[in-house]
Amino acid sequence: MSTYHLTTPLSDADIEKLNIGDVIFLTGDLTTGRDDVHMRVIKQGKQCPVDLKGNAVFHAGPIMRKNDDGSYDVVSIGPTTSMRMEECEAEFLKETGVKVIVGKGGMGPKTTQGCKDNKAIHTIFPGGCAVVAACEVEKVDGVEWLDLGMPEAMWKMKVKEFGPLIVSIDAHGNNLIDNNKVIFNERKAPIVEEISAKLDFLD
Amino acid sequence: MSDSTNNSTEVINKLSDLLSSFICYSSSHLPDDVLNKLKEMREVETEGFSSTIYDAMFNNMEMADKLKRPSCQDTGIVQFFVKVGTNYPYMNLLHEALVESVLKATNDAPLRHNAVQVFDEKNTGNNVGVRVPWIDWEIVPDRDDIEVYFYMAGGGCSLPGMAKVLMPLEGYAGIVKTVFDQMTSYGVNACPPCLVGIGIAGSAEVAAKLSKKALLRPVGSHNENPRGAMMEKELEDGLNKVGLGPGGLRGKLSVMGVNIEQAARHPATLAVGISTACWAHRRSCIKINPDFTYDFLTHKGVTL
Repeated sequence: MSTYHLTTPLSDADIEKLNIGDVIFLTGDLTTGRDDVHMRVIKQGKQCPVDLKGNAVFHAGPIMRKNDDGSYDVVSIGPTTSMRMEECEAEFLKETGVKVIVGKGGMGPKTTQGCKDNKAIHTIFPGGCAVVAACEVEKVDGVEWLDLGMPEAMWKMKVKEFGPLIVSIDAHGNNLIDNNKVIFNERKAPIVEEISAKLDFLD
Repeated sequence: MSDSTNNSTEVINKLSDLLSSFICYSSSHLPDDVLNKLKEMREVETEGFSSTIYDAMFNNMEMADKLKRPSCQDTGIVQFFVKVGTNYPYMNLLHEALVESVLKATNDAPLRHNAVQVFDEKNTGNNVGVRVPWIDWEIVPDRDDIEVYFYMAGGGCSLPGMAKVLMPLEGYAGIVKTVFDQMTSYGVNACPPCLVGIGIAGSAEVAAKLSKKALLRPVGSHNENPRGAMMEKELEDGLNKVGLGPGGLRGKLSVMGVNIEQAARHPATLAVGISTACWAHRRSCIKINPDFTYDFLTHKGVTL
């Protein structure tokens, strides 16, 4: 397990050196994109309004505050459940050239394959830690697709030492959370059996 | 305006101001029981990524308090569970005051805009929509006060939610299997350590509703039936042995607890409902008297 400090844009070589369990702190461009952005770009075939090539996409729906001059500040921005994007993520990586996905929880086999094919990674920011994350955002560069509403819009941000980001899917076909789930499921069966035996309440 | 209209406006303003402050505070601060449980779990969870995650969680709570911001960006779709005394004098104004409090808190906290109108597929931008805020009413005889339970149910912790009707021959073992299957799949992504709410009843919608009410009970409280309490303990210990750890990144523990609520079932059905609360379980309860004095039951010693 190693720690890396990376700056966008990222190359294939930057990504290939990373392995599951590594920890990253990211500096540079970070743009939010979640359910509706994936729906528009992949299912509806709309042009992504932000150039994400070599950059990072954040599965997050922030709380933003609009200033009098029309600019925005981030109030709270933590990761959302990445698994919701599983259906479209591999195609999204191919379409946009995104190198780093930031979210929470695991993603499935399609994304694992997509990360391998497109030299990309999925990373986990600690869930529910939205004020910590907001304080690692230096600046909000702007917003696209605001018609989708505050959580679903694409917020373009500059971040500094954004993390800790734990690599959960690397570009070599490894998936940390899937590995964990194998362990959880092995442990589960005998425990369920043991508890069930104690719960026959009928006289 | 007539005197009675003036009076109504004043009551709605007073109530909604108080409730809005209550919502804002609840968005930044966990209830005492949840906080104490997390402190206890942090002492045990010291291996692997556990310390990294717990450090971030506690750092986040400190910063949310200091900066007066919602601790999690997902401030949920607002749900109120209200116990209303039959002698409460402002029963006819309460619904309006609750909706008004959500509009105020959306601006003041600020809360994230989370009400998306079904079919229109548009975010209302103010957290008010069809049947939202969702309000669950309970009538309490011979009381003149109200108890308002507030719960910010985020999307992440709502995803594992489910209800299904088992055959009685599947027995309580069927419930155990359902809970474990859900927690080792969806539960891993729901910001563990979670509080697991389980409803057991005769039909799916009753079980589902009771599973949410179970989450309103404090962490560490027990089902009033000794067998129910035993089942809670068995499930809690069993889930902890699976070792989901904070964030699903493995550890020594999995859950803050398991709370079960039940209703008598039909002889031919055994329905189970599951709701999960993430570690940032922003549940709160305030008792409000007719003179607008209050007791903030979940956050002792806090003045709004």
